Amino acid sequence: MENIIEIKNLTKKYGDFTAVNDITLNVKKGEIFAFLGPNGAGKTTTIKMLTTLTNPTSGHILINGFDPTIQQNEARESFGIVFQDPSLDDELTAYENLDFHGMLYKVKKKDRKERIQQMLEFTELWDRRKDLVKHFSGGMKRRLEIARGFIHHPKILFLDEPTIGLDPQTRDHIWTYMKKLNREEGITVFLTTHYMEEAEKVSNRIAIIDRGKIVAQGTAKQLKNQTNAATLEEAFLSLTGRAIREEKPAPGMGARRHGWGRR
Amino acid sequence: MIAIYTLWLRQLKRYFRSKSRIIGSLGQPLLFLVALGFGLGPVFQKAGQGNYLEFLAPGIIAMSILFLSVFNGIEVIWDRQFGFLKETMVAPVPRWEIMVGRTLGGATVAVMQGVIVFVLSLFVGFTPIFAVWRLALAFVFMFLIALMFAALGTAIASILEDMHGFQLISNFLIMPIFFLSGALFPLNNLPKAIGIITAIDPLSYGVDGLRGTLINGAHYGMMFDFVILLAVSSVIIAIGTYLFSKIQV
Repeated sequence: MENIIEIKNLTKKYGDFTAVNDITLNVKKGEIFAFLGPNGAGKTTTIKMLTTLTNPTSGHILINGFDPTIQQNEARESFGIVFQDPSLDDELTAYENLDFHGMLYKVKKKDRKERIQQMLEFTELWDRRKDLVKHFSGGMKRRLEIARGFIHHPKILFLDEPTIGLDPQTRDHIWTYMKKLNREEGITVFLTTHYMEEAEKVSNRIAIIDRGKIVAQGTAKQLKNQTNAATLEEAFLSLTGRAIREEKPAPGMGARRHGWGRR
Repeated sequence: MIAIYTLWLRQLKRYFRSKSRIIGSLGQPLLFLVALGFGLGPVFQKAGQGNYLEFLAPGIIAMSILFLSVFNGIEVIWDRQFGFLKETMVAPVPRWEIMVGRTLGGATVAVMQGVIVFVLSLFVGFTPIFAVWRLALAFVFMFLIALMFAALGTAIASILEDMHGFQLISNFLIMPIFFLSGALFPLNNLPKAIGIITAIDPLSYGVDGLRGTLINGAHYGMMFDFVILLAVSSVIIAIGTYLFSKIQV
């Protein structure tokens, strides 16, 4: 199968601090790929480089065949993203958030209408489409962001810790949607999470990053065999160590993190 | 172009949805008109300068446009904190379109506010010269003021990381721009230092242009005001677009 994401010798430095250190990995078309690592390992920085939000210090990336540092708009049309922090406009309704997204991505009016309805029904938010997003719960906002990520028919969906702070019911729902969309529309999913069971359950392949370096790659089974571990969690701990990490926010990223609760 | 329209529409929707903000931001200009207009009116009259309310109203219209447009520009900081900025940053549209759409939206909203203050001032007792070309030209001046300061707000917000710096900007930039613009006092016979500062302040030309159109009382001349405003807003929009395109989220 062909690669839809190619990362070669990718490095990102913020001053003296190397957030991502010479990583190389490929994601195949139609795959669900889990990108795991402790806090501050370089996951979000990698996603930022893949999604044109920040430029690499060195190395090469291809997203759906486009270089995100040069063919920015082509690369951007190829993916949808659900960020780690919320990114909705609270003062707009659920429908308007999706509609504006569709307009920014130049989705034709008729297609936009159909797609919005389809995605809102899919994420079970159709009945709440006219409500302002500020009245939504954390889980509803997350579902809406996932719906939004799909409006423009992306080839790849990036999910940066999509289930953080959500209850098991919502988490279960989200992964069910993901798997269904992956199967039905052939969308490649690139996700990060701290929940190892989730990663094991949904992903085809896993890469583990630590201190900016890829320390292991393969299926959950391969990783467990490689470390003689019974669970992926144990495999993860034996690969990355048990010491607690201080998260070092990179410049420009800001240290703030918002929860997904109501504001 | 659709991106410009989308972001313009967003600003308008947000404005019309915050009824309390619309009403709230009308209180200040109204207070200025009533308190200063009637309070300082007799002194102004005695000094042989004519009716102060007539003189003041264009300045207060400019003030309300200044405050709202800067605030709309600065809203980029909120978008950064609440995350919406990232959504626009990964959209497949050039950054300058996003900046221009936001700025036009913020400016449109500020002009609407300016028109509302204009109408309110009529009830307080403001009697401008009614002529279609004068009102049309006043509208152009309002739009130029709004555009300039919405772009300035966006430029500032592109540099600031969070809202903490807002107080500083408000006290050391926006307030001086207002108070030293001739919105409240005539520009002739000023002490030299103040005269120079008012001449540097771009809002002076906005206030002057409005005074020229509405009460035929321009100090610099309307053509001159127009050229200066156009030049300064072009420069600020260019700087704002540059700074906005450099934002890393």
